[in-house]
Amino acid sequence: MPTSPVLPKLVGQRVKRREDPRLIQGRATFVDDVKIAGMLHIAFKRSDVAHGRIRSIDTSAAEAMEGVEAVFTGAQIADLLGPMPIATPFPSPAHRAVAVDTVRYVGEPVAVVVASDRYIARDAIDAITVDYETLPAVVDPELAMTGKPTVIHPEFPNNLAVPLVPSGTGVTLDGKVDDTAIDRAFKDADVIITQRMVNHRLVPNSIEARGVVAHYEPGKGSMTIWSSTQNPHILRTMIAAMTGLGQDQVRAIAPEVGGGFGAKINIYGEEYVAAAVSKHLGTAVKWIEDRSEAFLATTHGRDLIGYVELAAQRDGKVLGLKIRLIADVGAYNMLLTAAIPTLAMMMANANYDIPAIRTTLTEVFTNKTSTDAYRGAGRPEASYFIERAMDMLARELKMDPAEVRRKNFIAPNQFPYQTQMGAVYDSGDYEKAMDAALSAADWKGLQAERDAARAEGRLVGLGLSMYVEVCGIGPSSSLPTGGWEHAQVTIERDGRISATTGASPHGQGNETTFAQMLADEFGVPMEHITIHHGDTGIVKQGVGTFGSRSQAVGGTTLLMAGAKVKTKMARFAAEMLEASVADLVFENGTIAVKGAPTSAKKFADVAAFAYVPVPLPEGMEPGLSEEAFFEPTNNTYPFGCHISMLEIDRETGEPTLLKFVAVDDAGNLINPLIVEGQIHGGLAQGIGQAMIEEAVYDESGQLITGSLMDYALPRATDFPRFEVHSTVTPTPVNPLGAKGVGEAGTLGSTPCIVSAAVDALSEFGVTHIDMMLRPEKLWRIIHGGRA
Amino acid sequence: MAAVSMTVNGKVRKAQVEPRLLLVHFLREQLNLTGTHVGCDTSQCGACTVLIDGRSVKSCTVFAVQAEGATITTIEGLATNDALHPVQECFWEEHGLQCGFCTPGMIMSAVNLLADNPQPTEDQIREGISGNFCRCTGYQHIVNAIQHAASRSGSAASSSKR
Repeated sequence: MPTSPVLPKLVGQRVKRREDPRLIQGRATFVDDVKIAGMLHIAFKRSDVAHGRIRSIDTSAAEAMEGVEAVFTGAQIADLLGPMPIATPFPSPAHRAVAVDTVRYVGEPVAVVVASDRYIARDAIDAITVDYETLPAVVDPELAMTGKPTVIHPEFPNNLAVPLVPSGTGVTLDGKVDDTAIDRAFKDADVIITQRMVNHRLVPNSIEARGVVAHYEPGKGSMTIWSSTQNPHILRTMIAAMTGLGQDQVRAIAPEVGGGFGAKINIYGEEYVAAAVSKHLGTAVKWIEDRSEAFLATTHGRDLIGYVELAAQRDGKVLGLKIRLIADVGAYNMLLTAAIPTLAMMMANANYDIPAIRTTLTEVFTNKTSTDAYRGAGRPEASYFIERAMDMLARELKMDPAEVRRKNFIAPNQFPYQTQMGAVYDSGDYEKAMDAALSAADWKGLQAERDAARAEGRLVGLGLSMYVEVCGIGPSSSLPTGGWEHAQVTIERDGRISATTGASPHGQGNETTFAQMLADEFGVPMEHITIHHGDTGIVKQGVGTFGSRSQAVGGTTLLMAGAKVKTKMARFAAEMLEASVADLVFENGTIAVKGAPTSAKKFADVAAFAYVPVPLPEGMEPGLSEEAFFEPTNNTYPFGCHISMLEIDRETGEPTLLKFVAVDDAGNLINPLIVEGQIHGGLAQGIGQAMIEEAVYDESGQLITGSLMDYALPRATDFPRFEVHSTVTPTPVNPLGAKGVGEAGTLGSTPCIVSAAVDALSEFGVTHIDMMLRPEKLWRIIHGGRA
Repeated sequence: MAAVSMTVNGKVRKAQVEPRLLLVHFLREQLNLTGTHVGCDTSQCGACTVLIDGRSVKSCTVFAVQAEGATITTIEGLATNDALHPVQECFWEEHGLQCGFCTPGMIMSAVNLLADNPQPTEDQIREGISGNFCRCTGYQHIVNAIQHAASRSGSAASSSKR
C-alpha cells in the first residue's frame, strides 16, 4: 500500500507563482532574446508628418551602406502583402502595412530596411529621405466631423468612420427609433444633469514594447513566427492569410510576453511585413520596437467624448439617461478599433435599473495613431461617464453619493438582468459590495476626517464609484475570433500531467492557477503538472487572452478536458482495482476505492497501465489524453465599489491621493494573491489616467508626449498603499463560478478620483473636472481669475 | 573598434566593440546575458539596471567602453550556487512581478537600495525604485517584497548579534 502525504487543496489559496523562478533570475525568453543563425534585422522608416502625399522616396544612400541587405518602399511591400485586414463588420478605409502614396499619422511606416545588425538598420533608416507634400491635419474629432480642415479618407465624408448609430430604449435591432419613453423620462424629471466629458487618449506602454522574429524555411515551405502577442492562434490565422500559407504551415509562438494591456491583441503591419520579408528573402528577420516608436506605432486607448444627460426625481431615482458618444479612432481601423467604443454603449446601464436609456455613437477618423483595446476597452469609458453623472446628481440633490446609488441599483433578485442595452447581467449584489466598501473605508469616519481637514483650510475630498464590467468574453456571436477556448490534458506514462491551453498569458499567472485546479482535480502535487501555452505547434487550438477571459473561459475549458481524461483514467483504475468507477476517489497521488484506503493504486501506476494495458479493457482505447472546447453562453459581469480620498495643495494645485479602498467581486477566486496583483495593476492604470497620464497631440498632429520623458507613466511614488477587499458572487455562466478580474481596476478608479477632486474643490462651485488632474488646471479653479 | 575588458558575474570578458555600443547591448548581444532588458530609449524605465562596481546603473546610459575595467553584476549573477538572492526570493514570495519584464532591473535597484539603507521606510522604498517602471503590479507587491527582504536581513543581523 502506498503511503502518501496528504495534499492540501490549492484552489482558493495564495499559491506562489510557478512562472517566477525563471523571471527573477533573468532566464526567461522574451522575443528579443530569440536568435536564429543568419538572422537579419528590420527597421521602419516612419512618417514625420501627420498628413501628406509622398512625392518621392530616395533609398539609394541606404542601399549603398555596408550591411544593408534590402530596402523596401511601400509600393514594393504592396507587391508582397495585401491590404491590412480588420475583424469588425464596419466599413474600413484602404490601409497598407507600409504607406504607398499618402501618410495619415506621424509614425506611419513608409519604408523598410533589412540589415545585418540593428545599429546599421537604424543608420540606414536615417539615410532615407522622403519628400512630402504636406496636407492639412486634423486632431480634434469634433472638428474632423465637419469635414474641415481635411478629409482623411475620401470615401469617408466628414471623416465619419461610423456615422451616428443609436442604441437603447426604443431602438429596434433594425435601427427603428421610438423616442416616446426617453422623452417622457426627461419630461417627468425634477432635475437634469448635463455634462460634456472627455475620456482622454492614453498610451498603453507595456514595459516590453512589441517585437517579432519571422523565420521562413524555404526547404520546408513553412514559417515560424515569434511575437510579443496576447493571442498566437489569431496571429497564426492572420499570418497564414496574409502570406498565402496554410494555417498548418505557420507556427506562431508567443514566448514570454512583457505585458499587453490590450494593445497586443491587434495583429500589426510590422508582423505582416516581417513575415513577408522573411518569406521573400528566405531568411529569418527580427524587428524590435523602440519605446519612442511604440508611442506612435502601437495602438492607443480610450479617446471618447461623452455628452451625458441624466434625468432624475428629487429623491434621487434616475428616470432616464442619454449619452452621445464621439470616438476618435485615429487614422485607420485596426483589427478591433471600430468595435471598442461599442462596448461603452453596451455598458451604459452600469449598475442601475434605469427605465429609459438612449445612446448614440459616432466614430471619427483623425490624423493620429489608431485606437484599439486598452485595459477595459470601452467599459472604463462608460463607467467614467455614468459614475461622474451619478456623482453630479448626488451633489445637485445634496445627497450622499452612496445613497443616490443605493436608490438605483439593480436588485439581487433581478438577476439575470436584461439591460436596456442588450446585455444580460449574469449575477450581482451591488449593495453588498458598496456596503463592504463603506465599511472597509469607514465612510462616516472619512467624512469626519475630510471635514476636519477642511476646517483647517485644506482642500480634501472624497470619491465613491461603482462599476460593472464585462469579462469572460464569449460566445462566438460576440467575437469574430470565436468566443471559445481550447485545452488538452494528457496524463503522461510516468503519471505527470501535461496540459495545453489556448489562453496565452502575459503576466496573468495561468501556469499557476491552472495547475492549482488540475492538482485538486487529480489529487496530485502541483509540481507534477506542466501547463503549456503560447505555441501553436504545441497548443492545437486557441483564441487568446483578452477581455479578462483566461480564467473564466480558458480555466473552465481546461477543467473540462481534465474531467474527460479523469473519467477514462478511472475506468483503467477500476479495472486494476476490480471496483466500480463510481466508488473511486483521486487523492494524495493515489486512486482508491472510497472508504478502503488500503486498496489504493499509485496514480503513476494507473497511468503506466493505461499505456500498456494488458489486457486492454473491453471497448477502450489505450492512452490518457483528452481535449475540450468550451464556449460560454454569456459574458460574465464582475462589479465593485471604489472609495478614495484626495488632497489638493491650495498653493500649487498639486493633487495627492491619500487613500484608495477597492471592493471587487470577481466571483470565485482561484488564487487571491494573483487576483490582488491584477486589481493593483488595474488601479494603477486607472489612477494613472485620472491623475497624470495623457497622450497630447499638437494641432499639426505631432504627439508631444511621445517618449517616457514626456508621457507620465506612474512611478512607485505616485500611489498610496491600496486597500483591496472582495465580496464573492459566483457566476452561473461557468462551472468555476469565476468572473474575471484583469481589467476591473481601471473601471471604478477614474470616476472615483475625479469625484474626489471635485469634492475637494467644491467650495469653488466646480461640478466637473475633465481628466487628467493637471495641477495647473486645478490651480486655475482655486485661483480663478488670477491665472 | 575598441578593445574592452571587464569582469561580468565573476568572469573576465574581453572583446572588440564599436565605441558607440551600449553596455546593455554588449551584455545582451555579445555575452548572451539576455536577462537585462531594454524597455525604453530615454533612460527612464530602468529595465536595463545592472550593478557596476556595486552601484545600480542603467546600462543603456553607459557605452561598453566606459565599463572598461569595471566589475559588473547582472540579474544572472545574483543567485549564488543556485541559491536565490534574498531579494529574488522575496519578489517570488510576495508576488512582486507579473509579466516579469521590468523585474530584473527592479531587483537590481532593490539590491542597491538595501545595500545603502538596510531598513528603509515604505516612502524610502518607493523613492528608491522610482527610477524603475512597472506597468503590471501597481508597485504594492514590489514594495512588500523589498520590505520583506529588509526584515529578513534585519532579523538575520539581529540574530547574528546575539
